[in-house]
Amino acid sequence: MNPVNYLYLAAVLFTIGAAGVLIRRNAIVVFMCVELMLNACNLAFVTFSRLHGNLDGQIIAFFTMVVAAAEVVIGLAIIVSVFRTRHSASVDDASLLKL
Amino acid sequence: MENLIGLLVAAPLLGAAVLLCGGRRLDRVDHWIGTLLAAVSFALGAVLFADLLGKDAGARTLTSHLFSWVPVGGFRADVAFRLDQLSMTFVLLITGVGTLIHLYSVGYMEHDERRRRFFGYLNLFLAAMLLLVLADNYLLLYVGWEGVGLASYLLIGFWQHKPSAATAAKKAFLVNRVGDMGLSIAIMLMFTTFGTFAFGPVLTHATDAGEGKLTAIGLMLLLAACGKSAQVPLQSWLGDAMEGPTPVSALIHAATMVTAGVYLITRSGAIFNAAPDAQTAVVTVGAVTLLFGAIVGCAKDDIKKALAGSTMSQIGYMILAAGLGPVGYVFAIMHLVTHGFFKAGLFLGAGSVMHGMNDEVDMRRYGGLRTYMPVTFVTFGLGYLAIIGFPGLSGFFSKDKIIEAAFAKGGTEGWILGGAALLGAAITAYYMTRVMILTFFGEKRWQPDADGNRPHPHESPRTMTIPMVVLAVGSVFAGGLFSINDTFLKWLEPVTGHAEGNSPLSAIEVTAATMVVLVLGVALAWAQYGRGPVPVTAPRGNALVRAARRDLLQDDFNHVVLVRGGEELTRGLVRADHSVVDGIVNGTAAAVGGLSSRMRRLQNGYARSYAVSMFGGAAVLIAATLLMRAV
Amino acid sequence: MSALAAAGTTSIGEAVQFWLLATVAVLGALATVLMKKAVHSALSLAGTMIVLAVFYLANGAYFLGIVQIVVYTGAIMMLFLFVVMLVGVTAADSLKETIRGQRLLAGLCVLGFGILLIAGIANAALKDFDGLGQANSGGNVQGLAALVFTKYVFAFEITGALLITAAVGAMVLTHRERAQRPAGQRERAEARIREGKHVPPLPAPGVYARHNAVDIPGLLPDGTPSELTVNPTLRARGQIRDVSGEALQELAALEQRSAEWVTGGRGEDGRSASGAKEARK
Repeated sequence: MNPVNYLYLAAVLFTIGAAGVLIRRNAIVVFMCVELMLNACNLAFVTFSRLHGNLDGQIIAFFTMVVAAAEVVIGLAIIVSVFRTRHSASVDDASLLKL
Repeated sequence: MENLIGLLVAAPLLGAAVLLCGGRRLDRVDHWIGTLLAAVSFALGAVLFADLLGKDAGARTLTSHLFSWVPVGGFRADVAFRLDQLSMTFVLLITGVGTLIHLYSVGYMEHDERRRRFFGYLNLFLAAMLLLVLADNYLLLYVGWEGVGLASYLLIGFWQHKPSAATAAKKAFLVNRVGDMGLSIAIMLMFTTFGTFAFGPVLTHATDAGEGKLTAIGLMLLLAACGKSAQVPLQSWLGDAMEGPTPVSALIHAATMVTAGVYLITRSGAIFNAAPDAQTAVVTVGAVTLLFGAIVGCAKDDIKKALAGSTMSQIGYMILAAGLGPVGYVFAIMHLVTHGFFKAGLFLGAGSVMHGMNDEVDMRRYGGLRTYMPVTFVTFGLGYLAIIGFPGLSGFFSKDKIIEAAFAKGGTEGWILGGAALLGAAITAYYMTRVMILTFFGEKRWQPDADGNRPHPHESPRTMTIPMVVLAVGSVFAGGLFSINDTFLKWLEPVTGHAEGNSPLSAIEVTAATMVVLVLGVALAWAQYGRGPVPVTAPRGNALVRAARRDLLQDDFNHVVLVRGGEELTRGLVRADHSVVDGIVNGTAAAVGGLSSRMRRLQNGYARSYAVSMFGGAAVLIAATLLMRAV
Repeated sequence: MSALAAAGTTSIGEAVQFWLLATVAVLGALATVLMKKAVHSALSLAGTMIVLAVFYLANGAYFLGIVQIVVYTGAIMMLFLFVVMLVGVTAADSLKETIRGQRLLAGLCVLGFGILLIAGIANAALKDFDGLGQANSGGNVQGLAALVFTKYVFAFEITGALLITAAVGAMVLTHRERAQRPAGQRERAEARIREGKHVPPLPAPGVYARHNAVDIPGLLPDGTPSELTVNPTLRARGQIRDVSGEALQELAALEQRSAEWVTGGRGEDGRSASGAKEARK
């Protein structure tokens, strides 16, 4: 088996995640889909690391995880405060930014 | 001595400032303040004149640099004065005649409520005119020029409660603006041509510039002169300007304002000398105006308007002479000075008559006044003899020279110009005789005024008669004094230059011809008005008379061509503005608005829609990158 | 596994593992997107992440594999679950699309994007690979540490700053400052009277010998339950236990028995006493 298969898998996961972001209305699920996309990227980085025979890819994946963790913290905080004020976790309800 | 030049202008300016700002506490002494400051100015002028006389003929130019007005890069305008023989002549005329008119106004305006303001304006008029003739560059001259325009506007419309006066003031101001545009354009042309507009460099280097440019400058200067000096085609304001108080008319017609145009052309002689086409235009304007004014003067029954026509005609003589070049400059100025005396005298006399006749102006209602107003009759009569060129009096010397110079132009042109000048002299004799007979001779045709008061003609007070006497003396002797030994010619020659013309007719022949036409004119007027009774209401007259009564249709012409034309043009522009300009603007706005209302549907506020756009964009970018790599 | 990852080839075992677990991962991802309840999505995602952790390990990223399990599946997903619970664990989303054309556009974009990615990977020349043998020779964690603290030290420091900022940000966002004193008993009573809907306090939930609980609605005089007596949260979740029918039945049975006892002889003492009491009611 060629490790390139991991890359195909990463592409598929990324695409599924993207579809979820675009289709789901629940902010939490949307957020999970973003996490899925990030994970797909991480898989691709790890695979590249193996293909190229150095650890730089893993380092990048590591940083991605850290940034994803920070993002999750902030994102969930936003969701919680939005839910508190609007009693809804739907991304479509927060549509004030229009004419 | 140079420092006195500034004071010369400052004195009347100070008077204007004090009188216009001083308020009611000056009400008892205002007329004397105004007169005193005008007299101070005259005294300073006299001192300076004595100083100039003491110098050599070539060194009679004083300059006084007060301060740098606008120093910007290569552009430099100074407030500097230049006193040479030409400006000296004007200074003496302006301040001298001006002071006499001030004195006359003391009596004439004694009971006017707004007398303080009147004297303030008179002083302002003097100051502006002095600034005009003393300026050392065209820009400062322009300041004086505009000041004269302003002061004339204020004075013509002084009785602003009369709508006709307010309209006349506006008319004078507007017509003058046309001339002012000419002067400002001329100054701009000078700056682009010579890089400066100081008299010295411009006039000494005038011949270096191309003739085309000089002609353009000359024509623009002529336009300016036409505006201020009421020459055809900008003459229409002068007749209406009679709405102002009579001393104002005297001031405008004799000492200030209308002489500005002659001064400008004479001062810019170097430019005109090098631009023969412009000179031709000048003499044409002068010749046309001298006939035009004379014809108008014949038909008017209003004494002041008849005199106004006469002024127009006499200024036409001066412009004609100035347009003849070095042959005529000196005589133009000489006629200007003598005219200043007798025209001021005539106007003051007219004012005196009106004063005695309950402000009646129609000459057909005068008659037989010589016994009631002896001083006025004598002074007016001397002015009359002077203006028609009675031998030995001022007008004889100056006008004769101009006619001679016109013939000296040479060729057909010379004959035409000389003929026009001679014809003008005949008409002058006619209409002045008519004024004289209608006013002072014949039976009494006095009519009660609107309130039913019958006039009780009486001699005017001392303050009014003294100036008239002084001016009458001037009208009698000035011409002779100037001509003895060619004094005036020698005095002015260093500034204007002089050339003897070779006239096809000898001086004697010209004088004889002038005498003949003079007698003809007087005789015709006598035959028409002196022999029988004069109807109180004017007969209908033939077409020419009717046209002349309407100022030879000049207002109708202006109305049809300028006003109607302007209105049509404006209407067209408004239509174009509505359809084309607004159409483009509104169309653009509508297009943008329509596009926007479609675009705004993209802004639905849903984060997911935006996310789709972003994602699609990212996909397109990646596709483009891959394509680029593939290619 | 580690030896294989180090080599420049892959084994059959890894292939089998890949195909099995990849299927699980894709199914988990699809479930994440398609499940109606957020909590199901979260659990599916956790599953996918664990599978990914295994793949990391298979690719020689031992440290990352462990971190994936500990940090992602352990911490982040728990955070998600926590928030899901906070927002409402049983609330199911409707999957019906409300924005016109959104699903079509999203489908097109996703399809195009996927095709692009896969075509790009397929076009890339990735036949041979080096393996991590050399890079991991000093140990994977040591190798990563060497890179983090030398080559990527600035990025590392900046990441630290980012984390601190994120922590502060989360606190700022979720902290609720009380702008005014909370309404006390008096204010609430006044507001209630001003509203005029429930002037007295809300009725208490039902109290019974066997069921003294907040999820039991009180009974109205006609014997029907009053939902008003139950906490709105429980009402919203549909977690009300209606025991009124049961109680009525028991009462009816009791009456019958007591009637039998009166007519047919003595029963148990306790029951008769209580039954007599009920009958008197």
